[in-house]
Amino acid sequence: MSAAPYLPAGLPAPAAANDGLDTEYWEAARRHELVVQRCNACQGFQWGPEWICHQCHSFDLGWQKVSGRGTIYSWERIWHPVHPALREACPYMVVLVELPDAGNVRMVGNLLGDPMEEVVIGSAVEAVFEDHPDDGVTLVQWRRV
Amino acid sequence: MSENTISHKVAIAGIAETAYYKRGAADRSEFQLTLEAILAAAEDAGLDVRDIDGFCSYSNDRNDPPRIASALGCKDLSLSNMFWGGGGGGGSGAVANACAALVAGYSKYVVVYRGLAQGQFGRFGQGSQARTVSGGPAYTQPYGLMSPAQTFAMRVRRFMHDYTIGHEPLKAISMASYHHAQSNPRAVMHGRPLSEEDYENSRWIVEPFRLFDCCMENDGAAAVIVTTAERARDLRQKPAYVLAASQGSDYRQAATAHNAPDYGTSNFKTVAARLYAQAGIEPKDVDVCQSYENFTGGVMMSLVEHGFCAPEEVEEFMTLENFKAGTGKLPLNTSGGNLAECYMHGLELITEAVRQLRGTSTAQVQDPRISMVCSGPMVQPVSSLILSKE
Repeated sequence: MSAAPYLPAGLPAPAAANDGLDTEYWEAARRHELVVQRCNACQGFQWGPEWICHQCHSFDLGWQKVSGRGTIYSWERIWHPVHPALREACPYMVVLVELPDAGNVRMVGNLLGDPMEEVVIGSAVEAVFEDHPDDGVTLVQWRRV
Repeated sequence: MSENTISHKVAIAGIAETAYYKRGAADRSEFQLTLEAILAAAEDAGLDVRDIDGFCSYSNDRNDPPRIASALGCKDLSLSNMFWGGGGGGGSGAVANACAALVAGYSKYVVVYRGLAQGQFGRFGQGSQARTVSGGPAYTQPYGLMSPAQTFAMRVRRFMHDYTIGHEPLKAISMASYHHAQSNPRAVMHGRPLSEEDYENSRWIVEPFRLFDCCMENDGAAAVIVTTAERARDLRQKPAYVLAASQGSDYRQAATAHNAPDYGTSNFKTVAARLYAQAGIEPKDVDVCQSYENFTGGVMMSLVEHGFCAPEEVEEFMTLENFKAGTGKLPLNTSGGNLAECYMHGLELITEAVRQLRGTSTAQVQDPRISMVCSGPMVQPVSSLILSKE
């Protein structure tokens, strides 16, 4: 089941990079799966994706499906709209989530729910998938657990 | 002192800026503003502008050296240099590049300049209007994380969490800039004092930044003339000698989607260590500091990483009294800086650092010997500069 869109329509939509670097991430999100780039040589995780493993310099990189459970590493409540689509959407909440089962890589997303609710760094969240059928993309969002 | 250093071999011999304007208020082109600043800096130095043979800038300045050299009729163009990446983090780095070229003998007189007319070319503080984004921006912009304030608030929040720091230091940094701008007629916020209540009552932009934690956006241009210490002594002004100029970035700081391993940082840890080693001084030797305020939280971390206090001492050390010229332990942003003089992308911090050594600041510190600039916290790369009278 898809989460209802957290922010209004009209923001830039994500598109897979034209060199194919992150195509699998966006395709997995559409299947409602969270994947993280992982090195086939040293098994190290990496995010955002790159063509080389920063730890062992292997070019043999794959994708690992992960649980989608994480903890809040930092957060911000945004009050000033910097895009016309956000004029009626403030305040909204953006969180930086650390993924313990993916080498503690971090991902940015919105924290679903009341933006005025207190946020505690270190508290648990899990991934939810927000479909945008008009753009053919799915965003990975976060909710409290 | 090692032979392999620019220390004491190079000096800033001329400084100038145009009038500073609110964003969009300049009545002439960005290129003309840039030319005016360069002409005035040469005049300040007592140098024929046609003798400038090197050009250094940063943040993809649109006014390129071949065009400037042609417009001014410079006799020779020996250096056409751009500091790559980092926005305002390149201010001191552009001076560092000028120093390297001078010590290497590539150039005789180098101008470091920045021209910026956001009215003509669009603002930094607005989100992208693109329909789609890919690569790094695809992992942030669809979530409404689009502007510099939003990018950096996340880092500052983590630092404040790690060391249990409240908002008082941010307020002190903001008020110090506004306080010093009140004696500076060049400042866009001259005549617009900021009270504690004004700060407290100002609206949130993105927590933990209020309106007055954020820099302005302006039109104008500034320039400084850098040359060898020997040539500088033959020019009009008392030279501001470069003791150290350092640039760089810590381990994987530019990892996309906010994945820098050390996250709650201004990115000055390795740069500051190199800076002090090159200068042969310690933080306690610094008499006055100009620290780039894109956002106050970045200044807070910059001062910590330049060794002025430990992270645990931030609340005790970072007070308005300590930042004031005249009474403070570390006079800070004595022209008003990016918050209240002009967002000249931090080049106004370098002209002010020189003014302090000349004794011509409008918030003059008594007889300073060492004057420091920290350029562009939280970006990649960043840079710093130490100037001295001797």
